Amino acid sequence: MKYSVDKDGYYGEFGGAFVPEMLYPNIEELRLKYIDIMQDADFKKEFDALLKEYVGRPTPLYFAKRLSEKYNTKIYLKREDLCHTGAHKINNTIGQILMAKRLGKNRVIAETGAGQHGVATATVCALMGIECVVYMGEIDIARQAPNVARMKMLGATVIPALSGSRTLKDATNEAIRDWINNPVDTHYIIGSVVGPHPYPDMVARFQSVISEEIKKQLLAHENTEDPDYVVACVGGGSNAAGAFYHYLENTSVKLIAVEAAGLGVHSGESAATSVLGNEGVIHGSKTLLMQTEDGQITEPYSISAGLDYPGVGPLHAYLCKTKRAEFLSITDDEAMQAGLELCKLEGIIPAIESAHALAIFKTKKFKKDAIIVLNLSGRGDKDLDTYIKYFDF
Amino acid sequence: MNRINQKLQEEHKLLSIYFTAGYPKLNDTVAILENLEKSGVDMVEIGLPFSDPLADGPTIQASSTQALENGMTSNILFEQLKDIRKTVTMPLIIMGYFNPMLQYGIEAFCKKCSEIGIDGLIIPDLPVKEYNDLYKTIFEKYNLINVFLITPQTSDERIRFIDKISNGFIYMVSSSSVTGAQNTFGNTQKDYFKRIANMNLKASQIVGFGISNAETFKQATSHAKGAIIGSAFVKQLKENGINSIASFIKKIRTS
Repeated sequence: MKYSVDKDGYYGEFGGAFVPEMLYPNIEELRLKYIDIMQDADFKKEFDALLKEYVGRPTPLYFAKRLSEKYNTKIYLKREDLCHTGAHKINNTIGQILMAKRLGKNRVIAETGAGQHGVATATVCALMGIECVVYMGEIDIARQAPNVARMKMLGATVIPALSGSRTLKDATNEAIRDWINNPVDTHYIIGSVVGPHPYPDMVARFQSVISEEIKKQLLAHENTEDPDYVVACVGGGSNAAGAFYHYLENTSVKLIAVEAAGLGVHSGESAATSVLGNEGVIHGSKTLLMQTEDGQITEPYSISAGLDYPGVGPLHAYLCKTKRAEFLSITDDEAMQAGLELCKLEGIIPAIESAHALAIFKTKKFKKDAIIVLNLSGRGDKDLDTYIKYFDF
Repeated sequence: MNRINQKLQEEHKLLSIYFTAGYPKLNDTVAILENLEKSGVDMVEIGLPFSDPLADGPTIQASSTQALENGMTSNILFEQLKDIRKTVTMPLIIMGYFNPMLQYGIEAFCKKCSEIGIDGLIIPDLPVKEYNDLYKTIFEKYNLINVFLITPQTSDERIRFIDKISNGFIYMVSSSSVTGAQNTFGNTQKDYFKRIANMNLKASQIVGFGISNAETFKQATSHAKGAIIGSAFVKQLKENGINSIASFIKKIRTS
């Protein structure tokens, strides 16, 4: 299994657990227990039941007829936007809240950028009656007011991250500091395939339900489990990890990861880590990240808060380095146009993150009979304000 | 013998001070070190500032941010320290996060430290296993001591292991927290200090995190060999400047 994590928590040279000794017992406990817990029959039963009855899975695999006609190829959309709370994020938070319960933790912390992971965490904490604290950059709190209100309605405490650039990166630092201060009773629900081992692997496994369903659903549509391409946007990379997961070892399925180029890859305002980043350590993981020559982590930029992260998960760093996945970057403008196009052609308002993946059809050409599965990771309700301002509706 | 090990053989309790290089002003580094030595401090940890200091509380975070804004880099720090051994004789340790050292190149970083006369490194986010597997031989080549941390949550078994591989002192984190000053230590911490003392470890222990004044210094060193003051010193520098160093140290020492 070339693309699975190894026993030390690495994908090739990427991964590991670069945490201060204060967090060693927490990470070690999780590392020793996560596989057994996830493979436990009762855990699986509870996880599957919640995904079905609470999240609304399986999400449809929808053949986008008019979009396919426009680009003269066959495009299927995996409708993660139809999940409860509006994005794939809840697949992971359901899994991790069940994990937290089995680890005997009675308090949950999380970081959030745009607020989607924060809402998904607050949701499952409400569901289980567990205390929830979400760290969010002060700047993000100001620009994502509806999600802050959602989290509060769901009973979570939202604490502003006031350090550094006061965005996702700093919210993650604050969550880690909280965990250092509360190592015994608290579980940290990381929202993406980032952080110290075993988080990238654990989150990828929880999200792998996406590709598990794609296989079954594509078989019904096309009489094959394997598309020619799987396309997904990448910030930290959790939706892409889930959509790629069961295809990683099957190299006849080509993987396309789409990053945010912001105002342009070399504009100085970008989040295209695969182009601009190099190897380093961020949030406990050795991966590709955007940094200065002196090793200080730099601030990314994207119109989409969910892609606005200076690193990628170690699995994606490895997929990029080994060229198992092709990495493309899409600017703010391209993404916004592609988002609007999906509204007009298919009656679906996508999250701006997912719109980055949709934008590749403008420049990348596919064969007429190519089967493409694009992971539509989230819905655009949370982005209405940005759409309204951008298009002046 | 490494200066750290020589210092550990002295009879008295050791006072170590942490400060962030490049703070309050970019070029304060040498003056701070010289003042600390004159004030009778035993050892110093020079903080290499990082954009994302995960294990630090607000005081050291703010000093790191300011130091980076002032323009501090690894190269500038090495340049500032190049003649430091002409005036400063106490052990000097660089404390910093792993990524800036990784970008510099671990071997190049260690070589530079050795040329200057740095005696050891503390890298909170470099795991023990990574160090042992990948970097131990480099540190040894340049006669640098890597200082490991233990915390109240560290198991006895792991403490024994860390003791075995330590060739200087063990950095004993006083409580489950990020860095930051406290006014006194509670019973949980005192019990922890006793528990570690009773383990009769080979390596001396120096307590850090939460030490701010004569009282906490005395409590922390009741069982351990020494203690480190960081946030309280950084705060002092901010409020009263470099000229206040001697009186600050004197207050701690007269306990």
